[in-house]
Amino acid sequence: MAQTLTETAGSLEAMTPVPYAVTAKRQDTYDTWTLELEPVDGAPIVPGPGQFNMLYAFGVGEVPISNAGNFETDERLVHTIRAVGAVTKALCAAEIGTIVGVRGPFGNTWPIVEAKGKDVVVVAGGIGLPPLRPAIYHVLKNRKDYGRFALLYGARTPTDLVFLDEVKSWQCNYDVDLDITVDVGDTDWKGKVGLVTKLIPPAQFDADDAQAFVVGPEIMMKFVAQELMNRDLPAESINVSLERTMRCGVGLCGHCQIGPTLVCRDGACYTWDKVEKLLAVKEL
Amino acid sequence: MKTLDAVIAESPVFAGLTQEQLEFIAGCAQNVHFEEGQIIAKRGDAADAFYLLRIGEVALDIDVPNKKSVRVDTVEAGQVLGWSWLIPPYQWNYEVTATELVRAVSFDGACIRDKCASDTELGYALLMRFSQVIVGRLQATRLRLIDIYGADTH
Repeated sequence: MAQTLTETAGSLEAMTPVPYAVTAKRQDTYDTWTLELEPVDGAPIVPGPGQFNMLYAFGVGEVPISNAGNFETDERLVHTIRAVGAVTKALCAAEIGTIVGVRGPFGNTWPIVEAKGKDVVVVAGGIGLPPLRPAIYHVLKNRKDYGRFALLYGARTPTDLVFLDEVKSWQCNYDVDLDITVDVGDTDWKGKVGLVTKLIPPAQFDADDAQAFVVGPEIMMKFVAQELMNRDLPAESINVSLERTMRCGVGLCGHCQIGPTLVCRDGACYTWDKVEKLLAVKEL
Repeated sequence: MKTLDAVIAESPVFAGLTQEQLEFIAGCAQNVHFEEGQIIAKRGDAADAFYLLRIGEVALDIDVPNKKSVRVDTVEAGQVLGWSWLIPPYQWNYEVTATELVRAVSFDGACIRDKCASDTELGYALLMRFSQVIVGRLQATRLRLIDIYGADTH
Protein backbone atom coordinates (compact mmCIF):
# COMPACT_ATOMS: atom_id res chain seq x y z
CA MET A 1 0.00 0.00 0.00
CA ALA A 2 1.41 3.36 -0.99
CA GLN A 3 2.44 5.57 1.84
CA THR A 4 2.21 9.32 1.67
CA LEU A 5 3.86 11.94 3.77
CA THR A 6 1.43 14.63 2.74
CA GLU A 7 -0.70 14.09 5.84
CA THR A 8 2.34 14.69 8.00
CA ALA A 9 2.92 18.16 6.61
CA GLY A 10 5.25 20.18 8.76
CA SER A 11 6.58 17.20 10.65
CA LEU A 12 10.28 16.52 10.95
CA GLU A 13 9.75 13.23 9.14
CA ALA A 14 8.27 14.89 6.07
CA MET A 15 11.01 17.48 5.80
CA THR A 16 14.09 15.36 6.52
CA PRO A 17 15.82 13.68 3.60
CA VAL A 18 16.52 9.99 4.15
CA PRO A 19 19.89 8.81 2.87
CA TYR A 20 19.67 6.47 -0.12
CA ALA A 21 22.53 4.93 -2.04
CA VAL A 22 22.69 4.78 -5.80
CA THR A 23 22.83 1.03 -6.50
CA ALA A 24 22.45 1.04 -10.27
CA LYS A 25 22.66 3.60 -13.02
CA ARG A 26 21.83 3.49 -16.69
CA GLN A 27 22.13 6.11 -19.40
CA ASP A 28 18.88 6.21 -21.36
CA THR A 29 19.62 9.00 -23.82
CA TYR A 30 22.29 11.62 -24.36
CA ASP A 31 20.89 13.68 -21.46
CA THR A 32 18.82 11.25 -19.41
CA TRP A 33 19.81 8.70 -16.80
CA THR A 34 17.88 6.23 -14.66
CA LEU A 35 19.02 5.73 -11.08
CA GLU A 36 18.05 2.89 -8.77
CA LEU A 37 18.17 3.76 -5.10
CA GLU A 38 18.12 1.71 -1.92
CA PRO A 39 17.96 3.00 1.64
CA VAL A 40 21.21 3.14 3.54
CA ASP A 41 19.38 2.17 6.67
CA GLY A 42 15.83 1.19 7.55
CA ALA A 43 12.70 0.33 5.61
CA PRO A 44 12.37 1.44 2.00
CA ILE A 45 9.91 4.07 0.87
CA VAL A 46 6.97 2.40 -0.87
CA PRO A 47 5.42 4.79 -3.38
CA GLY A 48 2.32 4.31 -5.51
CA PRO A 49 1.91 4.86 -9.26
CA GLY A 50 1.92 8.59 -9.95
CA GLN A 51 3.63 9.69 -6.75
CA PHE A 52 6.89 11.58 -6.65
CA ASN A 53 9.87 11.93 -4.35
CA MET A 54 12.04 14.91 -3.57
CA LEU A 55 15.61 13.98 -4.46
CA TYR A 56 18.36 15.92 -2.78
CA ALA A 57 21.80 16.23 -4.34
CA PHE A 58 23.66 17.21 -1.19
CA GLY A 59 25.14 20.67 -1.42
CA VAL A 60 23.35 21.45 -4.66
CA GLY A 61 19.63 21.28 -4.16
CA GLU A 62 16.43 19.30 -4.24
CA VAL A 63 14.04 18.48 -7.09
CA PRO A 64 10.78 16.57 -7.43
CA ILE A 65 11.15 13.45 -9.54
CA SER A 66 8.37 11.01 -10.35
CA ASN A 67 8.68 7.39 -9.37
CA ALA A 68 9.37 5.17 -12.36
CA GLY A 69 9.78 1.78 -10.69
CA ASN A 70 7.92 -1.42 -11.30
CA PHE A 71 6.24 -1.63 -7.92
CA GLU A 72 4.63 -4.92 -8.86
CA THR A 73 7.90 -6.79 -8.45
CA ASP A 74 10.51 -4.46 -7.04
CA GLU A 75 10.77 -2.19 -4.02
CA ARG A 76 13.83 -0.31 -5.23
CA LEU A 77 13.23 3.33 -5.98
CA VAL A 78 13.69 4.06 -9.66
CA HIS A 79 13.96 7.60 -10.97
CA THR A 80 14.57 8.69 -14.54
CA ILE A 81 16.15 12.12 -14.66
CA ARG A 82 16.95 14.49 -17.49
CA ALA A 83 20.04 16.59 -16.85
CA VAL A 84 18.85 20.12 -17.56
CA GLY A 85 19.66 22.16 -14.46
CA ALA A 86 22.21 22.23 -11.65
CA VAL A 87 20.41 19.72 -9.43
CA THR A 88 19.43 17.24 -12.12
CA LYS A 89 22.93 17.42 -13.58
CA ALA A 90 24.36 16.61 -10.15
CA LEU A 91 21.96 13.68 -9.73
CA CYS A 92 22.73 12.34 -13.19
CA ALA A 93 26.45 12.59 -12.42
CA ALA A 94 26.06 10.51 -9.24
CA GLU A 95 28.13 7.33 -9.35
CA ILE A 96 27.11 4.00 -7.90
CA GLY A 97 27.47 4.24 -4.13
CA THR A 98 26.76 7.96 -4.04
CA ILE A 99 24.40 8.96 -1.25
CA VAL A 100 21.44 11.16 -2.13
CA GLY A 101 18.65 12.39 0.07
CA VAL A 102 15.09 11.22 -0.50
CA ARG A 103 11.86 12.62 0.87
CA GLY A 104 8.52 11.13 -0.01
CA PRO A 105 6.46 9.69 -1.42
CA PHE A 106 4.32 12.74 -2.05
CA GLY A 107 1.13 13.44 -3.91
CA ASN A 108 -1.75 11.28 -5.03
CA THR A 109 -1.76 8.21 -7.24
CA TRP A 110 -3.10 7.37 -10.69
CA PRO A 111 -6.63 5.90 -10.47
CA ILE A 112 -5.35 2.83 -12.26
CA VAL A 113 -7.18 0.34 -10.04
CA GLU A 114 -10.42 2.23 -10.64
CA ALA A 115 -9.86 1.80 -14.38
CA LYS A 116 -10.29 -1.98 -14.15
CA GLY A 117 -12.64 -3.32 -16.77
CA LYS A 118 -12.04 -0.34 -19.05
CA ASP A 119 -9.85 0.29 -22.06
CA VAL A 120 -6.64 2.07 -21.12
CA VAL A 121 -4.95 4.73 -23.22
CA VAL A 122 -1.50 5.86 -22.14
CA VAL A 123 -0.02 8.88 -23.90
CA ALA A 124 3.56 9.79 -23.08
CA GLY A 125 5.67 12.62 -24.40
CA GLY A 126 9.47 12.48 -24.16
CA ILE A 127 10.53 11.83 -20.61
CA GLY A 128 6.85 11.52 -19.68
CA LEU A 129 7.01 7.77 -20.10
CA PRO A 130 8.85 6.93 -16.84
CA PRO A 131 6.19 8.45 -14.54
CA LEU A 132 3.65 6.23 -16.28
CA ARG A 133 5.76 3.09 -15.97
CA PRO A 134 4.39 2.04 -12.54
CA ALA A 135 0.81 2.32 -13.79
CA ILE A 136 1.71 0.49 -17.00
CA TYR A 137 3.22 -2.38 -15.04
CA HIS A 138 0.12 -2.58 -12.90
CA VAL A 139 -2.00 -3.01 -16.03
CA LEU A 140 0.43 -5.52 -17.54
CA LYS A 141 0.49 -7.61 -14.36
CA ASN A 142 -3.31 -7.61 -14.28
CA ARG A 143 -3.76 -7.58 -18.04
CA LYS A 144 -6.94 -9.67 -18.11
CA ASP A 145 -8.66 -7.19 -15.78
CA TYR A 146 -8.44 -4.44 -18.38
CA GLY A 147 -9.78 -3.99 -21.89
CA ARG A 148 -7.73 -2.80 -24.82
CA PHE A 149 -4.45 -1.11 -23.98
CA ALA A 150 -3.15 1.61 -26.30
CA LEU A 151 0.30 3.02 -25.58
CA LEU A 152 1.06 6.14 -27.62
CA TYR A 153 4.54 7.56 -27.30
CA GLY A 154 6.03 10.67 -28.86
CA ALA A 155 9.43 12.31 -28.60
CA ARG A 156 11.47 14.98 -30.30
CA THR A 157 13.82 12.57 -32.07
CA PRO A 158 14.47 8.82 -32.03
CA THR A 159 17.35 9.40 -29.61
CA ASP A 160 14.95 11.00 -27.11
CA LEU A 161 12.88 7.82 -26.73
CA VAL A 162 13.52 6.13 -23.39
CA PHE A 163 12.88 2.51 -22.35
CA LEU A 164 12.38 1.68 -26.03
CA ASP A 165 13.36 -2.00 -25.85
CA GLU A 166 11.17 -2.43 -22.80
CA VAL A 167 8.25 -0.72 -24.51
CA LYS A 168 8.58 -3.00 -27.53
CA SER A 169 8.63 -6.03 -25.25
CA TRP A 170 5.31 -4.93 -23.79
CA GLN A 171 3.86 -4.88 -27.27
CA CYS A 172 5.05 -8.42 -27.94
CA ASN A 173 4.17 -9.96 -24.61
CA TYR A 174 1.07 -8.21 -23.32
CA ASP A 175 -1.22 -7.37 -26.23
CA VAL A 176 -0.40 -3.67 -26.18
CA ASP A 177 -1.40 -1.51 -29.15
CA LEU A 178 1.86 0.42 -29.38
CA ASP A 179 2.34 3.44 -31.60
CA ILE A 180 5.39 5.69 -31.61
CA THR A 181 6.18 8.93 -33.39
CA VAL A 182 8.97 11.48 -33.37
CA ASP A 183 9.00 15.13 -34.37
CA VAL A 184 11.96 14.72 -36.65
CA GLY A 185 13.62 11.57 -37.88
CA ASP A 186 16.15 10.59 -40.46
CA THR A 187 16.03 7.93 -43.11
CA ASP A 188 17.18 5.31 -40.56
CA TRP A 189 14.01 5.93 -38.54
CA LYS A 190 11.41 3.45 -39.73
CA GLY A 191 8.54 4.71 -37.60
CA LYS A 192 6.12 7.58 -37.80
CA VAL A 193 7.05 11.24 -37.89
CA GLY A 194 4.78 13.92 -36.47
CA LEU A 195 3.24 15.00 -33.20
CA VAL A 196 2.02 12.46 -30.67
CA THR A 197 -1.48 13.80 -31.26
CA LYS A 198 -1.52 12.13 -34.68
CA LEU A 199 -1.52 8.75 -32.94
CA ILE A 200 -4.84 9.36 -31.22
CA PRO A 201 -7.38 9.22 -34.10
CA PRO A 202 -6.41 5.68 -35.19
CA ALA A 203 -5.91 4.33 -31.64
CA GLN A 204 -8.18 1.46 -30.67
CA PHE A 205 -10.32 2.27 -27.61
CA ASP A 206 -13.95 2.70 -26.68
CA ALA A 207 -14.37 6.33 -25.62
CA ASP A 208 -17.47 5.41 -23.62
CA ASP A 209 -15.51 3.03 -21.45
CA ALA A 210 -11.89 4.12 -21.33
CA GLN A 211 -9.45 5.94 -19.08
CA ALA A 212 -6.52 7.91 -20.46
CA PHE A 213 -3.28 8.61 -18.61
CA VAL A 214 -1.18 11.39 -20.07
CA VAL A 215 2.25 12.68 -19.06
CA GLY A 216 4.42 15.22 -20.79
CA PRO A 217 4.97 18.94 -20.77
CA GLU A 218 1.75 20.83 -20.08
CA ILE A 219 1.60 22.19 -23.61
CA MET A 220 1.69 18.63 -24.93
CA MET A 221 -0.97 17.42 -22.50
CA LYS A 222 -3.21 20.29 -23.55
CA PHE A 223 -3.20 19.23 -27.20
CA VAL A 224 -3.40 15.53 -26.36
CA ALA A 225 -6.42 16.13 -24.13
CA GLN A 226 -8.09 18.09 -26.90
CA GLU A 227 -7.49 15.30 -29.39
CA LEU A 228 -8.78 12.69 -26.92
CA MET A 229 -11.92 14.77 -26.44
CA ASN A 230 -12.27 14.94 -30.22
CA ARG A 231 -12.58 11.16 -29.94
CA ASP A 232 -15.44 11.80 -27.44
CA LEU A 233 -13.45 10.74 -24.41
CA PRO A 234 -14.87 12.81 -21.52
CA ALA A 235 -12.53 15.22 -19.74
CA GLU A 236 -13.27 13.33 -16.51
CA SER A 237 -11.70 10.23 -18.05
CA ILE A 238 -8.46 11.97 -19.00
CA ASN A 239 -5.84 11.84 -16.25
CA VAL A 240 -2.82 14.11 -16.43
CA SER A 241 0.15 14.74 -14.18
CA LEU A 242 1.14 18.35 -13.59
CA GLU A 243 4.69 19.36 -12.98
CA ARG A 244 5.22 22.57 -11.08
CA THR A 245 8.03 23.92 -8.94
CA MET A 246 7.57 21.71 -5.91
CA ARG A 247 9.74 22.65 -2.95
CA CYS A 248 8.35 21.37 0.36
CA GLY A 249 6.26 18.54 -1.11
CA VAL A 250 3.64 18.79 1.63
CA GLY A 251 1.54 21.83 0.76
CA LEU A 252 3.25 24.34 3.04
CA CYS A 253 5.42 26.57 0.89
CA GLY A 254 2.99 27.31 -1.95
CA HIS A 255 5.57 27.19 -4.73
CA CYS A 256 3.48 24.69 -6.69
CA GLN A 257 0.21 26.56 -6.34
CA ILE A 258 -1.89 26.74 -9.46
CA GLY A 259 -5.14 28.55 -8.80
CA PRO A 260 -6.91 26.91 -5.86
CA THR A 261 -4.79 23.78 -5.83
CA LEU A 262 -1.35 22.84 -4.58
CA VAL A 263 0.10 20.32 -6.98
CA CYS A 264 2.29 18.56 -4.42
CA ARG A 265 -0.60 18.06 -2.03
CA ASP A 266 -3.66 17.70 -4.27
CA GLY A 267 -1.91 16.25 -7.36
CA ALA A 268 0.19 15.73 -9.18
CA CYS A 269 -2.49 13.53 -10.85
CA TYR A 270 -5.63 15.37 -11.91
CA THR A 271 -8.47 14.70 -14.27
CA TRP A 272 -8.53 17.11 -17.18
CA ASP A 273 -11.85 18.70 -16.18
CA LYS A 274 -10.19 19.90 -12.95
CA VAL A 275 -7.25 21.65 -14.62
CA GLU A 276 -8.25 22.56 -18.14
CA LYS A 277 -9.35 26.09 -17.26
CA LEU A 278 -6.39 26.65 -14.94
CA LEU A 279 -3.92 25.74 -17.66
CA ALA A 280 -5.66 28.16 -20.02
CA VAL A 281 -4.73 31.11 -17.78
CA LYS A 282 -1.70 32.88 -19.17
CA GLU A 283 1.47 32.58 -17.09
CA LEU A 284 -0.34 30.84 -14.21
CA MET B 1 -15.63 -5.49 -53.82
CA LYS B 2 -16.14 -1.77 -53.34
CA THR B 3 -16.19 0.59 -56.26
CA LEU B 4 -13.68 3.41 -56.26
CA ASP B 5 -16.32 6.04 -55.63
CA ALA B 6 -17.47 4.08 -52.55
CA VAL B 7 -13.88 3.86 -51.28
CA ILE B 8 -13.38 7.57 -51.88
CA ALA B 9 -16.64 8.48 -50.18
CA GLU B 10 -15.45 6.81 -46.96
CA SER B 11 -12.53 9.19 -46.66
CA PRO B 12 -13.22 12.22 -44.42
CA VAL B 13 -11.53 14.38 -47.05
CA PHE B 14 -14.26 13.62 -49.57
CA ALA B 15 -17.17 13.31 -47.14
CA GLY B 16 -20.18 15.33 -48.13
CA LEU B 17 -19.51 15.48 -51.85
CA THR B 18 -22.46 14.72 -54.10
CA GLN B 19 -22.67 11.36 -55.84
CA GLU B 20 -22.08 13.10 -59.14
CA GLN B 21 -18.92 14.77 -57.83
CA LEU B 22 -17.69 11.49 -56.34
CA GLU B 23 -18.25 9.68 -59.61
CA PHE B 24 -16.32 12.33 -61.50
CA ILE B 25 -13.40 12.14 -59.07
CA ALA B 26 -13.49 8.34 -59.21
CA GLY B 27 -13.23 8.65 -62.98
CA CYS B 28 -9.87 10.36 -62.45
CA ALA B 29 -8.69 7.71 -59.98
CA GLN B 30 -7.03 4.33 -60.08
CA ASN B 31 -5.70 1.80 -57.61
CA VAL B 32 -1.93 1.75 -57.28
CA HIS B 33 0.64 0.10 -55.07
CA PHE B 34 4.22 0.88 -54.11
CA GLU B 35 6.81 -1.52 -52.76
CA GLU B 36 8.71 -0.77 -49.57
CA GLY B 37 11.50 1.67 -50.38
CA GLN B 38 9.99 2.79 -53.67
CA ILE B 39 10.22 6.51 -54.31
CA ILE B 40 6.80 7.92 -55.13
CA ALA B 41 7.86 11.49 -55.89
CA LYS B 42 10.96 13.64 -55.77
CA ARG B 43 11.23 17.27 -54.79
CA GLY B 44 10.61 19.43 -57.85
CA ASP B 45 8.73 16.72 -59.75
CA ALA B 46 5.51 17.82 -61.39
CA ALA B 47 2.70 17.28 -58.91
CA ASP B 48 0.28 15.63 -61.30
CA ALA B 49 -1.21 13.31 -58.74
CA PHE B 50 -2.29 12.96 -55.14
CA TYR B 51 -3.06 9.81 -53.20
CA LEU B 52 -5.50 8.43 -50.67
CA LEU B 53 -3.54 5.85 -48.70
CA ARG B 54 -5.51 2.68 -48.00
CA ILE B 55 -2.73 0.52 -46.54
CA GLY B 56 0.81 1.38 -45.48
CA GLU B 57 2.83 4.45 -44.74
CA VAL B 58 4.97 6.92 -46.67
CA ALA B 59 7.71 9.26 -45.48
CA LEU B 60 8.38 12.83 -46.53
CA ASP B 61 12.08 13.63 -46.56
CA ILE B 62 14.14 16.76 -47.19
CA ASP B 63 17.67 16.41 -48.55
CA VAL B 64 20.32 18.13 -46.47
CA PRO B 65 23.62 18.68 -48.31
CA ASN B 66 26.44 16.55 -46.94
CA LYS B 67 24.14 14.96 -44.33
CA LYS B 68 21.44 12.34 -44.08
CA SER B 69 18.04 13.37 -45.29
CA VAL B 70 15.68 14.65 -42.61
CA ARG B 71 12.37 12.87 -42.26
CA VAL B 72 9.87 15.65 -41.59
CA ASP B 73 6.59 13.79 -41.71
CA THR B 74 4.90 10.50 -42.38
CA VAL B 75 1.49 9.94 -43.89
CA GLU B 76 -0.45 6.87 -42.84
CA ALA B 77 -3.36 4.80 -44.08
CA GLY B 78 -6.57 6.78 -44.29
CA GLN B 79 -4.78 10.06 -44.96
CA VAL B 80 -4.28 12.06 -48.11
CA LEU B 81 -0.80 12.44 -49.54
CA GLY B 82 -0.12 15.55 -51.58
CA TRP B 83 -1.69 18.95 -51.99
CA SER B 84 0.83 20.50 -54.37
CA TRP B 85 -1.31 19.38 -57.33
CA LEU B 86 -3.80 22.08 -56.32
CA ILE B 87 -1.51 25.06 -55.89
CA PRO B 88 0.97 26.55 -58.39
CA PRO B 89 3.68 25.78 -59.33
CA TYR B 90 2.28 22.23 -59.00
CA GLN B 91 5.52 20.67 -57.82
CA TRP B 92 6.29 18.19 -55.05
CA ASN B 93 8.06 19.80 -52.09
CA TYR B 94 9.53 16.64 -50.58
CA GLU B 95 10.91 13.30 -51.56
CA VAL B 96 8.17 10.80 -50.85
CA THR B 97 9.12 7.19 -50.13
CA ALA B 98 7.00 4.18 -49.27
CA THR B 99 8.39 2.91 -45.96
CA GLU B 100 6.33 -0.26 -46.29
CA LEU B 101 4.05 -1.80 -48.88
CA VAL B 102 1.53 0.87 -49.81
CA ARG B 103 -1.81 0.40 -51.47
CA ALA B 104 -3.47 3.65 -52.44
CA VAL B 105 -5.92 5.37 -54.71
CA SER B 106 -4.08 7.64 -57.11
CA PHE B 107 -5.89 10.70 -58.44
CA ASP B 108 -5.05 12.50 -61.66
CA GLY B 109 -4.49 15.97 -60.23
CA ALA B 110 -4.27 17.71 -63.61
CA CYS B 111 -7.60 16.21 -64.68
CA ILE B 112 -9.34 17.26 -61.47
CA ARG B 113 -7.72 20.70 -61.60
CA ASP B 114 -9.08 21.30 -65.09
CA LYS B 115 -12.53 20.21 -63.99
CA CYS B 116 -12.38 22.50 -60.94
CA ALA B 117 -11.65 25.46 -63.23
CA SER B 118 -14.89 24.92 -65.11
CA ASP B 119 -17.00 23.47 -62.26
CA THR B 120 -16.53 26.07 -59.56
CA GLU B 121 -18.85 24.27 -57.14
CA LEU B 122 -16.60 21.21 -57.22
CA GLY B 123 -13.55 23.44 -57.14
CA TYR B 124 -14.76 25.23 -54.03
CA ALA B 125 -15.70 21.96 -52.33
CA LEU B 126 -12.27 20.45 -52.96
CA LEU B 127 -10.45 23.64 -52.01
CA MET B 128 -12.29 23.68 -48.66
CA ARG B 129 -11.37 20.05 -48.01
CA PHE B 130 -7.73 20.34 -48.98
CA SER B 131 -7.44 23.58 -47.02
CA GLN B 132 -8.24 21.52 -43.93
CA VAL B 133 -5.50 19.07 -44.82
CA ILE B 134 -3.04 21.93 -45.34
CA VAL B 135 -4.09 23.74 -42.15
CA GLY B 136 -3.78 20.52 -40.15
CA ARG B 137 -0.22 20.03 -41.37
CA LEU B 138 0.59 23.72 -40.76
CA GLN B 139 -0.69 23.55 -37.18
CA ALA B 140 1.24 20.37 -36.50
CA THR B 141 4.37 22.03 -37.87
CA ARG B 142 3.89 25.09 -35.68
CA LEU B 143 3.49 22.92 -32.59
CA ARG B 144 6.70 21.14 -33.44
CA LEU B 145 8.41 24.53 -33.65
CA ILE B 146 7.63 25.20 -29.99
CA ASP B 147 9.12 21.85 -28.99
CA ILE B 148 6.24 20.46 -26.98
CA TYR B 149 8.46 17.84 -25.35
CA GLY B 150 10.90 20.45 -24.03
CA ALA B 151 12.38 20.04 -20.60
CA ASP B 152 12.12 22.23 -17.52
CA THR B 153 15.25 23.59 -15.92
CA HIS B 154 15.61 22.23 -12.36
